[in-house]
Amino acid sequence: MNIYAVQTIYRAEMKRFFRTIMQSLISPVISTSLYFIVFGAAIGSRIDQVEGISYGAFIVPGLIMLSVMTQATANASFGIYFPKFTGTIYELLSAPVNFFEIVLGYVGAAATKAMFIGVIILITAFFFVDLHIAHPMAMIAFLVMTCLSFALLGFIIGIWAGNFEQLQLIPLLVITPLVFLGGSFYSISMLPGIWQTIAMFNPVVYLISGFRWAFFGTADVSIGISLAAIALFTSGCLAVIGWIFRTGWRIRQ
Amino acid sequence: MSSIISIQNLRKAYPGGFTALKGVNLEIEQGEILALLGPNGAGKTTLISTVCGITVPTAGTVTVGGFDTMTDYRATRDLIGLVPQEINLEPFETVFNSVSFSRGLFGKPRNDAYINRILEQLSLGDKKDSKIMALSGGMKRRVLIAKALSHEPRVLFLDEPTAGVDVELRKDMWDIVAGLKADGVTIILTTHYIEEAEAIADRVGVINGGEILLVQDKSDLMAQMGQKQLQIAIKDPVAEIPDALSAYALERSEDGISLTYTYDTTGERTGITTLLNDLAAAGLVMTDLQTKQSSLEDIFVGLVKETT
Repeated sequence: MNIYAVQTIYRAEMKRFFRTIMQSLISPVISTSLYFIVFGAAIGSRIDQVEGISYGAFIVPGLIMLSVMTQATANASFGIYFPKFTGTIYELLSAPVNFFEIVLGYVGAAATKAMFIGVIILITAFFFVDLHIAHPMAMIAFLVMTCLSFALLGFIIGIWAGNFEQLQLIPLLVITPLVFLGGSFYSISMLPGIWQTIAMFNPVVYLISGFRWAFFGTADVSIGISLAAIALFTSGCLAVIGWIFRTGWRIRQ
Repeated sequence: MSSIISIQNLRKAYPGGFTALKGVNLEIEQGEILALLGPNGAGKTTLISTVCGITVPTAGTVTVGGFDTMTDYRATRDLIGLVPQEINLEPFETVFNSVSFSRGLFGKPRNDAYINRILEQLSLGDKKDSKIMALSGGMKRRVLIAKALSHEPRVLFLDEPTAGVDVELRKDMWDIVAGLKADGVTIILTTHYIEEAEAIADRVGVINGGEILLVQDKSDLMAQMGQKQLQIAIKDPVAEIPDALSAYALERSEDGISLTYTYDTTGERTGITTLLNDLAAAGLVMTDLQTKQSSLEDIFVGLVKETT
């Protein structure tokens, strides 16, 4: 194991994050505050409660998930795409590192960044709503799993992308809609009949539901199914990455 | 001297069907400077990429320091530094951080003193905190060299280090290479400038169409270049060279109206005067005389032409 290489990649990626610390942290704080003002205060005042939880508090897990998923994907995909774009990928390919170490460095850093942002949003939320977390350990576990799995997905997108447009394509066309329709701002039970069934095909529903369970002890689907869903998603990403590793797809000819 | 790199029957066919390397065999000696000459698309970069691990060979083996590049890739890549042809650098990073990053990637603990020393050697000392995008093209090439040297490799590949570089920087680059050789680093550089090979290489290899056409000591090549040829046109064709002229090792053209005498310009005597006298004595009437000097360029162009 080339531990120095993993550290080097991880540190370089984190440095990029801290170099733009203002954008990295201020923007999620501002956007979260906006969500609270718009959804929590304006719309929330008419909804009052969902499943016995004030609407303002109800949307907190969904808001964290929304940011964490998009940030983990964006950071990891950019992290590995940028060396491809600048050509510095030659160095990764000619260095005594294996693919696992490369993934560990890039995905680890992207997941850490997403975690940071998730925690910042959680702290911001405490200023707006009365919040207490029912299962803190499960909450942390879900957060870590989500950061890691979406960073893995981002890594795959970064390897696949041939240009900056493609880099934005999947997050924009797939991830954002799935997250918005995955119950970030509402309970699936609030949907009319057929849409509840359709929503069950959205993998993000299980993640948000599980995360919400960790906060409030109530969920759209049982926590066991949520755990199985995130495990399935993570192993799916790992399988694809394993295949990329074996074939050198899009990186090593 | 022993080989540090041994390349055997190396083949590389790309999925599109293009075969970039057609069974290359090459031994690279420890501590030498080998110049690989070849036109564009000859397979130089593919050869280097395969040794460095960027490209996966279709067939054949490469060993570096006795280790196989496929099965013992950590050991082989640890020994190799690569300076790519393109200026591939992260523009927003500082020179020092970029070079230090390379060292870490190659599994070496951080060593600021060593990085600073390399940067000084490459005249980058005062630029170490500059962002790479603020550097000139020549400076960027030096950064690439510094990155390649950051993990103290024993073998350095320079892929066309002086392509598109002005004369002054080219001389600087040659000095840098000479300095590295003095430190015991084995250097393989690709170039299409013959003068570059002449100036710094110990051995010269010619590659074209994915095949190594020739690998020779530069001094042997230079000796060939020191030779001149005298072509003698004679009036009446001869069926065979007269015995009286056997000492001159003349070559007779097929039609028998021209004889070629090869002589060494660096020798004390060229033997031309006695040859001309003996030709006259043998009864041959000369109609024309012409001399020709072969250069490395001739050898190169000749070889490349044969294969295309």
